[in-house]
Amino acid sequence: MQTHKTSGNEVYGAFPRKEDARFVRGQGTYVDDIALPGMLHGAILRSPLAHARIVSVDASAARAHPRVEAVLTGADLAERGLAWMPTMSGDVQAVLATDKVRFQGQEIAFVIARDRYAARDALELIAVEYEPLPPLIDARTALDAGAPLIRDDLTGRTDNRIFDWSAGDRAATDAAFAAADVAVSCDMIYPRSHPAPLETCGIVADYSTVDGRLTVWSTSQAPHAHRTLYAIVTRLPEHKIRIVSPDIGGGFGNKAPVYPGYLCAIAASMLTGHAVKWVEDRSENLMSTTFARDYHMHGEIAATADGRILALRARVLADHGAFNATAQPSKYPAGFFHIFTGSYDLRAAFCEVTGVYTSKAPGGVAYSCSFRITEAVFLVERLVDLLARELGADPAELRMRNLLRPEQFPYTCPTGWQYDSGDYPRALRLALEIAGYDELRREQAERRARGEYMGIGISFFTEGVGAGPRSQMDIFGLGMADGADLRVHPTGTAVLAISAQTQGQGHETTFAQLVAQELGLSPDDVEVVHGDTDRTPFGLGTYGSRSTPVSGAAAVVAARKVRERARLVAAAMLELSADDLEWAEGKWRVRGDPEKAVGIAEIAMAAHSALELPDGVEGHLDASAVYNPPNLTFPFGAYLCVTDVDPATGEVKVRRFVAVDDCGVRINPMIVEGQVHRGLADGIGMALMQAITFDEAGNCLGGSFMDYLLPTSMECPSPELGATVTPSPHHPVGAKGIGESATVGSPAAVVNSVIDALSPFGVRHADMPLTPASVWRAIQGRPLRPDITG
Amino acid sequence: MQVPAHVDYERAASVEHAVALLVRYGPEARILAGGHSLIPMMKLRLAQPDILIDINRLTELRYLRITGAELCIGALARHADLLESVEAGQHFAILHDAERVIADPVVRNWGTIGGSLCQADPSEDLSAAFAALKGTMVVRGPDGTRTVSAREFHTGAYQTVVGPAELLTEIRVPIRRGSSARRPGTGRRGTGSSGTGGPGTGSSGTGSAYLKVARRAGDWPVGAAGAVIWLEDGIIADAGIGLTALGAPHFTAVAAEDYLLGKPPSEEHLTTAGALAAGQCRPVTDQRGPADYKLHLAGELTTRVLRLAVARAGQAARPPTARPAA
Amino acid sequence: MKVTVTVNGTEHARDVEPRLLLIHFLRDELGLTGSHWGCDTSNCGACVVWLDDTPIKSCTVLAVMADGRRLTTVEGLARGTELDPVQQGFAACHGLQCGFCTPGMMLTARWLLNRNPDPSEAEVREAISGQICRCTGYENIVRSVLWAAKHTGEADHANP
Repeated sequence: MQTHKTSGNEVYGAFPRKEDARFVRGQGTYVDDIALPGMLHGAILRSPLAHARIVSVDASAARAHPRVEAVLTGADLAERGLAWMPTMSGDVQAVLATDKVRFQGQEIAFVIARDRYAARDALELIAVEYEPLPPLIDARTALDAGAPLIRDDLTGRTDNRIFDWSAGDRAATDAAFAAADVAVSCDMIYPRSHPAPLETCGIVADYSTVDGRLTVWSTSQAPHAHRTLYAIVTRLPEHKIRIVSPDIGGGFGNKAPVYPGYLCAIAASMLTGHAVKWVEDRSENLMSTTFARDYHMHGEIAATADGRILALRARVLADHGAFNATAQPSKYPAGFFHIFTGSYDLRAAFCEVTGVYTSKAPGGVAYSCSFRITEAVFLVERLVDLLARELGADPAELRMRNLLRPEQFPYTCPTGWQYDSGDYPRALRLALEIAGYDELRREQAERRARGEYMGIGISFFTEGVGAGPRSQMDIFGLGMADGADLRVHPTGTAVLAISAQTQGQGHETTFAQLVAQELGLSPDDVEVVHGDTDRTPFGLGTYGSRSTPVSGAAAVVAARKVRERARLVAAAMLELSADDLEWAEGKWRVRGDPEKAVGIAEIAMAAHSALELPDGVEGHLDASAVYNPPNLTFPFGAYLCVTDVDPATGEVKVRRFVAVDDCGVRINPMIVEGQVHRGLADGIGMALMQAITFDEAGNCLGGSFMDYLLPTSMECPSPELGATVTPSPHHPVGAKGIGESATVGSPAAVVNSVIDALSPFGVRHADMPLTPASVWRAIQGRPLRPDITG
Repeated sequence: MQVPAHVDYERAASVEHAVALLVRYGPEARILAGGHSLIPMMKLRLAQPDILIDINRLTELRYLRITGAELCIGALARHADLLESVEAGQHFAILHDAERVIADPVVRNWGTIGGSLCQADPSEDLSAAFAALKGTMVVRGPDGTRTVSAREFHTGAYQTVVGPAELLTEIRVPIRRGSSARRPGTGRRGTGSSGTGGPGTGSSGTGSAYLKVARRAGDWPVGAAGAVIWLEDGIIADAGIGLTALGAPHFTAVAAEDYLLGKPPSEEHLTTAGALAAGQCRPVTDQRGPADYKLHLAGELTTRVLRLAVARAGQAARPPTARPAA
Repeated sequence: MKVTVTVNGTEHARDVEPRLLLIHFLRDELGLTGSHWGCDTSNCGACVVWLDDTPIKSCTVLAVMADGRRLTTVEGLARGTELDPVQQGFAACHGLQCGFCTPGMMLTARWLLNRNPDPSEAEVREAISGQICRCTGYENIVRSVLWAAKHTGEADHANP
């Protein structure tokens, strides 16, 4: 087990970002900025219906348009074996529909034209005849007898069930419930949401008919995985495919999957011999790319009369849309939901999840969910508040009584996760202190007496990130190990090539800091290369907060290998034995003679020189590593949200948001805090305004930013942050990762706060989003359903 | 991003020229002002005019001025112009309250008041504000100029009385006796500190306000209400109420207005007025909310905005507040 | 039709379709890809540029409407190699992550500071309320603008 330094990390710190130089000048290069000679533009015709048989597709008028080069239909792709593609979950998804359309917005045809306006015009020239079928919109009816069958394309399928999965000990859990003094249950929906990065998804595909090479620029969070998938689907040799992810305008899981538009652009480039660009509209992004959540949950919590939580039980209906295209480790069809045991010392837990098809866009795992941990944390934190209400207990005290204690770590929870480290009570205490909890409760009582309603909501979460050990975790059959290649040039500056892919997280800076710290260099002397499969080692990409825990670990391991090789070279330089040297203050120095030391830059030059090296020691100063994490890492946090609610209008204002995070060792606190700021805004958005809803005909009502509302600067108060540091015992530098923590932890804090505000009205639960209408209806006792409108 | 279909384009050099172009090109021509209502519709291809007549060069239509007893607003005035006009805000706080919650600061830089009114979205805040103010629209066509009451300007969702060859040129709002900016020290017996005194308290003045409930900053209203109150000697001498997005006929609440005339602005009367206003609304259920909630909002917001307008009328002799109290 | 616009001080004349959106004109015709687009409904503000010194959403304006006018984009914020204090502020205060909303945010910030050199936090938040950021939660954007307010000297950065 590597030891880690928590002090003396002079390079860890709020190092300014190297990326910013180009972005503040407007010189980022995003996919839509790319223009190649002779480049054509693609546009996709999409189904207006949620469920229908395709009778005919006539693209002749479109093909006759003077600026149209070609049109691809499902039939055209079928001839080339490209009409269907595998999903990351072992299902297949239509690239262009052939037999049926299965959700509103599904891809029907791909127009290739000389400019984007003409491509858009030509869509109207394609005539499609549909035979409408009844859509399946209410996931709760998906398994009813007589429900419309969505996947009649799959042989032998007779219903809409995708999977049944469970975790934990059912018998022990049932016994715990039977023995409990108190049991509280609740139905709650985590509504369908969407990551909505500001830049939509897109691709420039450039196939060369001369040398058979395919170069792709695309918004991909996992360029190597995409390359492998394209090789399998197009049957082009993988070594002739290059994926470049240039600057990406936000990912949040939306840019992990391969989308039909990408394959259409690739096929179009192969067909026309020209580069083809396809960048989706916002409506396409919201209606057809991977949504997030959509979990219908029934949760139960059992406790003793004096407030010891004994057990948790949950039954979940998971709406996956028309194709099962979630991306999560293949052994876990419900992702890591079974971490719903949360942060508490439980005797037993059991959960079961049923996934179903519906007439909606495919997806489900996205939007900083850490593979369904957003859903799990929301459930357990709402249940704990409901238990507090039932017992007449203070929600902070109840949590404190039940939180895992530091001495219990590493802790194996009832569903099998081994939490690596944590001091939970300390984090909660700090959050309460920053908030001034007792004073808030006093204020709440005073205001209630005056007929004013404020709420205080707490969320304590345990995250599991950095997937993951290859024996347990693969996506699409690819193990979730990540590589790093480090080269130190003769003059002592270095290049680190990693497989993680930044979409704004600052990798060019933090990874430079990691390597710099190991080698006694300045971060300015370390260049981070990423996003180009020709220049970087294989890896599964960036999502699930895995960059620091996995790629970061790989970078550190590679750097330590370089450092060890450097030791051997230094020994040769000084004509000593390697054992005579110790690493101190960024150099290899002679034990007992601190004046005699050599730094990496000198050693690098020597390693490239004619210096005689001992047997078995290779020249140059390079190293590679493929890091197979031994476990996930487990960041955690304590959040507290204060809201003011106007019951006569239902309006909610978020007054304060306190967030204490523990992500282990913090490489760059400025970047860590930026990630937390974002996640808190996510929580406000999901709790109060964001949801993709449908009407009963299957029309997607969240297809634009007029209706899929995202929080602005006006809704987000200045966050109040705190930090504790409990290093991960198994990560080379003790870091855990932070990217998704705040998105995971924050929604429950907001909802708990609003429900707390409304408790004088007898409201015990209301589903997100808590819009003014939703809050008012909850007070009336006639709550709104968030998934279906009208 | 979605893009418009083919369209032709002409630039008008004068109002007469704009009208002539409208006559020449017929009903498939559309006036292009700020474009912030029309261009989004064109991008989604919900509107596909044959030709756009760009009137942005008609600077003679971009103004805000007090002429006699009227505030006159040129149709090409940008939303930001109205919000930045101190005089307009002093006379009619309702206009500033409404503008502050219309769209966002950048959209307000370019979108025009005339454009928003002619778009005639049932959720357009200014439609209700001008209805409450009992304003007048000035319309120019091939046969000359005519005026239409703001309360008759809208004939349905996305429909106004402006004919295919006509152009909205101006909106006029009467400034009446008792307006706050004009008469410091108005009232025979002091300034009526609470503004809700009964008869004989001596409160005289005008106050107005606009309140909006939205799901998020910059969103269209779930429901909104504006009110203008003229107090004379503590009695409501006149009242104007405008309701947005609540299915109110012509954005108005006439029964509530009539009820208030001649009454003191007591809490009971304001609440009854709210109920009467709601009684005339036929809101629809949509993603912003169900109809029953909107009906409730109609009553609640009307009462609240009346309260605020009355309080401001009572403060009419003092320097006006810049922001709504609630 | 022919349009002539002055962008960041340089005049450009092009023949364009009337329906061409100003954002596409800037990006595709003039190659100024620093301004972005992110929605279909004028909500996100990634496309904000200055038209005659006023921020507007260039996705909702036709290129022909800008004929004869002046435009300022992010490429015109700096003076030669000297960054505007707003640009420096965003870098100093971690006011950007993916960088996609940043050009629009900076242009609105510079406009705000030109009119209101010492804004309150609330005024900053209101000024950017029509522009979406998905990465920062807005906090560091606000701090960046306040930093720029403190560090804006006497030099006029409004007209590059």
